[in-house]
Amino acid sequence: MGDIFNFRRLLRTPSLAIAALITLLPSIARAQEEAMGIDEKINELISPVSNVIVSVIFYSVPLGDTAFPLIVGWLVIAATVFTLYFGFIQFRYFGHAISLVKGDYSNPDDAGEVSHFQALATALSGTVGLGNIAGVAVAVSIGGAGATFWMILAGLLGMASKFTECTLGVKFRNEYGDGTVSGGPMYYLEKGFALKNMAGLGKGLGVFFAVCCIGGAVGGGNMFQANQSFQQFVNVTGGETSFFADKGWLFGIVMALIVGVVIIGGIKSIARVTEKVVPFMAVIYVGAALVIIVMNYDMVGWAFGQIFSGAFTGEGVAGGVIGALIQGFKRAAFSNEAGIGSASIAHSAVRTKEPITEGFVSLLEPFIDTVVICTMTALVIIITGKLGSDLTGVALTSSAFESAFAWFPYVLAIAVILFAFSTMISWSYYGLKAWTYLVGEDKKMELIFKLVFCLFVVLGASMSLGPVIDFSDSMIFAMAIPNIIGLYVLMPFVKAELEQYTAKLASGEIRKFKHT
Amino acid sequence: MSNVFIVGYDGTKDGRRALDFALERAKSQNAEVHIVYVLEWSPYSFLTPEELEQRHARRKEEVELASTQIMSPLLKELEGAGIKVEGVIRYGKIPEVICEVAKKAGAMQIIVGRNGGSDIAARVFGSVPGTLVQISPVPVTVVP
Repeated sequence: MGDIFNFRRLLRTPSLAIAALITLLPSIARAQEEAMGIDEKINELISPVSNVIVSVIFYSVPLGDTAFPLIVGWLVIAATVFTLYFGFIQFRYFGHAISLVKGDYSNPDDAGEVSHFQALATALSGTVGLGNIAGVAVAVSIGGAGATFWMILAGLLGMASKFTECTLGVKFRNEYGDGTVSGGPMYYLEKGFALKNMAGLGKGLGVFFAVCCIGGAVGGGNMFQANQSFQQFVNVTGGETSFFADKGWLFGIVMALIVGVVIIGGIKSIARVTEKVVPFMAVIYVGAALVIIVMNYDMVGWAFGQIFSGAFTGEGVAGGVIGALIQGFKRAAFSNEAGIGSASIAHSAVRTKEPITEGFVSLLEPFIDTVVICTMTALVIIITGKLGSDLTGVALTSSAFESAFAWFPYVLAIAVILFAFSTMISWSYYGLKAWTYLVGEDKKMELIFKLVFCLFVVLGASMSLGPVIDFSDSMIFAMAIPNIIGLYVLMPFVKAELEQYTAKLASGEIRKFKHT
Repeated sequence: MSNVFIVGYDGTKDGRRALDFALERAKSQNAEVHIVYVLEWSPYSFLTPEELEQRHARRKEEVELASTQIMSPLLKELEGAGIKVEGVIRYGKIPEVICEVAKKAGAMQIIVGRNGGSDIAARVFGSVPGTLVQISPVPVTVVP
């Protein structure tokens, strides 16, 4: 291979890199096809390692008659602490957050910089996705209707976690001479802890976070997305009999090429087209859910009754109330990523005089993602009476919508693929930022990460990857360990920011700009 | 009302016609000319995370390009014309920004060119002169 192209030159030229990707990918896929046992080999190789990691991250204690994963409690307790510490900031400043997004407080002279709306939209495109469609279905199929209640509660509490981490992300970011910025948990862990005379610990946690973030990006932010969107694609193209049923590699190559063209080739137009379609798909999805809910308006009261009674009785659910609670909390965290630290990376790129404004804006994300969209999915599944069926995941959601609109599975397939794509683009960036934190800001190293990221798209789509998925899921949750330690230690900084900001608001120093 | 003419300039020959028209009138009326160059920008467009990060640097580049490539040479050329000329580079929706600048300067009128297009796109989405005529706080002259 080394004779065919010069690796150094390749690293300098994105177009060559893409060409190389095109040459490389089919050969990988061919190798996969020839050796069908490769899935098992990879699984065998990764299983022992991932099993250890999974059992550590998802270490569970018996609670009632079910096992409660401590990491879920870790996230929810943190969200509760931040909610109390900031005096229910998510409710008190909800209106202010919307004003910020509307641009009421934006100085017209700053036009051309990233707006609060853009930051919110970009961060949302990384979180709204399969978690809202497939994750909710998993939650209610295992945890019953009552899981929805706990999901909503976790979403509301999670708003405070997002607020904290995104404010810190902006406050402690690195700014470079060329005007670009790098921020996120690894930077606030390092710089914030140094201010608290814990530089060593901060650096250690920062590195730990970055490693987990790369794992999360390649796993949950990539392979899982590729795998699940391929599944739905096969479902609508004929299931078992589909031409594509055993051609995950082909789907993966196409997806990898498109991802590669965007993240390596810098062809932003593709990303832009997709990202224009993604909000549209979200609107169709929420719109369809609303129509189903309105058509069955007489059942909405009953559905909420099911949600509330299920939440406190845990009727017919394995593990009772605790079982419902675990499912609700777990899926909410998966979906909105509050406390995980990922959104902080996206928000820290925004140029703002007041770091806390990004915190305010970001607290809308768990609300939109979990309280609104996830609840819609749950309501549709409950109202259409599909909850009792033996389906789960994206198939359950699909059949619930199908019972109202026969054509919906096709729309859902397109939505899932687009959501997966936009999540991949976002996570490739999160992973890249973690990677450059470890190896330094270097164009060649960046390109290596991007190439590896594309290869994992193919692997994700072509493998049946139980242990790999477990591994990547636990990596995403593992990010919450260093991140939340950091949030606890650094939350006084956020409080100071909040106090000086509210003082400025009260004094009129920060006020709405009159839009004419 | 101060004696200020606002000219929407986009670097094309249509914009130039509007500018020349304005200069001519300004000279006879002893008025100032403010040339407005607008970089089209919507705070609601979508950016990828990477674009988010680079936005500030891009913005600097864009303003600098607009300044060195378009505005500065133009102002230099008009230096000896005996008319007070000012250049403004702004981000936003073209008609809205032109109106804002006009209002702020207390301008007498707005002068813009037109590209003469009557294509379907202009019919559906509207054109800058068309929108200006609808929303401007002061009289608008469209130079053919």
